[in-house]
Amino acid sequence: MKRGMSLIVKTITRWVVGFIFLYGIYTMVYGHLSPGGGFAGGVILACAYILIMLAYGRGFAFRNLDWRIARALDSVGGILFLSLGVLGMVLLMDDGAFFFVNFIQRSLPGEPFHLFNAGIIPIGNLVIGIKVMGAVFVGFALLSMVRVYEFRGERVFESREEEE
Amino acid sequence: MFELLALIIIFMILAGILTIEIEDLVSAVVSMGAVGFGLSVCFILLRAPDVALTNIVVEVVILILLLRGTIRLGEKTVSGHRDLAGLVSGIILLILFLIFGIYAGVEFPKFGEPGFLRFEDSASWYYLREALARTGAVNAVSAVLLDFRAYDTLGEVMVLFTGILGSIALLRRRLRRDKEE
Amino acid sequence: MIIYFLVLILFSVGVYGLLSQKNLLKLIISLSIMESAVNLFLICAGYRKESEAPIMSLGQSLEVFVGHSVDPFPQAMVITSIVIGLGVLALLITMALRIYHRYGTFDITEIRRLKG
Repeated sequence: MKRGMSLIVKTITRWVVGFIFLYGIYTMVYGHLSPGGGFAGGVILACAYILIMLAYGRGFAFRNLDWRIARALDSVGGILFLSLGVLGMVLLMDDGAFFFVNFIQRSLPGEPFHLFNAGIIPIGNLVIGIKVMGAVFVGFALLSMVRVYEFRGERVFESREEEE
Repeated sequence: MFELLALIIIFMILAGILTIEIEDLVSAVVSMGAVGFGLSVCFILLRAPDVALTNIVVEVVILILLLRGTIRLGEKTVSGHRDLAGLVSGIILLILFLIFGIYAGVEFPKFGEPGFLRFEDSASWYYLREALARTGAVNAVSAVLLDFRAYDTLGEVMVLFTGILGSIALLRRRLRRDKEE
Repeated sequence: MIIYFLVLILFSVGVYGLLSQKNLLKLIISLSIMESAVNLFLICAGYRKESEAPIMSLGQSLEVFVGHSVDPFPQAMVITSIVIGLGVLALLITMALRIYHRYGTFDITEIRRLKG
């Protein structure tokens, strides 16, 4: 049985998926200058991997990004976001600091309408984008790995991990 | 603009009724996609580009998840309404809800004059005035999400993490058993 | 005011679906329609007549920006709410899959006893 979809879908996916990835990174990084931000950018990045999985089949997509690595990205993103909040509080302990203080903007301010500006906001967008990408990809990979069907009169809940 | 917005909301209501009444599950999911698409257009008309972008990509992912979850289970679908007593009590409840909603809706401020115009010390004035000066971000919504209200964003990150963790935990017993064989 | 009334009707369509359907997946879809209606209501409550999005343009003074922008606060909360809706929906679909494995059907009138 041939895996994935027809040749036309595979060709167009091969051309388009790089642009989707680039657009996702652009939406994430320019979150403080134009609409978008970490959440939308992260979901767009996950959609690029979902497109690969739909067009080429599960084995090929898992060779590109294994679901266990995506799960690790998810957890690491959460820890990084929390530590971003605590780090500012620790570094500026004697200067009137609170949880999630924008410590980079206080020490190295940039100019408005530039990319390296607004302190903690682009870093927060990147971390949230990585986390949302990992979470959405794991959610979709889980749903495509399990199957429920009837086998000799009883229901079997099967999960297949390896597939060529 | 007001008429266009009302027209699109009426389109969403019709698509919603179609979603609920139709019997085939794949068609119901496609109609739900129409509701989400109309919602994104409404968000653009209401001058909220951030929200429109986020809504449309999340709507696409929800469609894919629902389709993947529903069409792989074969032809054993069940449809139709509940028994008559449940339906009638549901409709009575709905009419009561609508009456109280109309009572509350009369007291609401007019469409186009939001609440923060009436109070001089509202939080939105502070966010709009201090967004560029205090955080250096040009997008006021990003400044609110990641600097003035970053604690709420931390809560949302934790909810998403817990949802995915729950999904993995619900399917994990079978995954491990498959690896042992 | 008609806009608020229409959004209320959309929410009622979702509630009607929740009360009258038997299929578990239809219940999940009705829940999603209710969430969309609530998000639309919040953004409608923050709209200001003849104004622009809350993003500054190059060379725009602060008074013009503050006098001509919609409320940025509900938009931030609605972005949070949309992503939370995605997470909850993923968990609900997984639970529906497990219920199908345990009982063999999606019909909620046959899923009566909680065993085990």
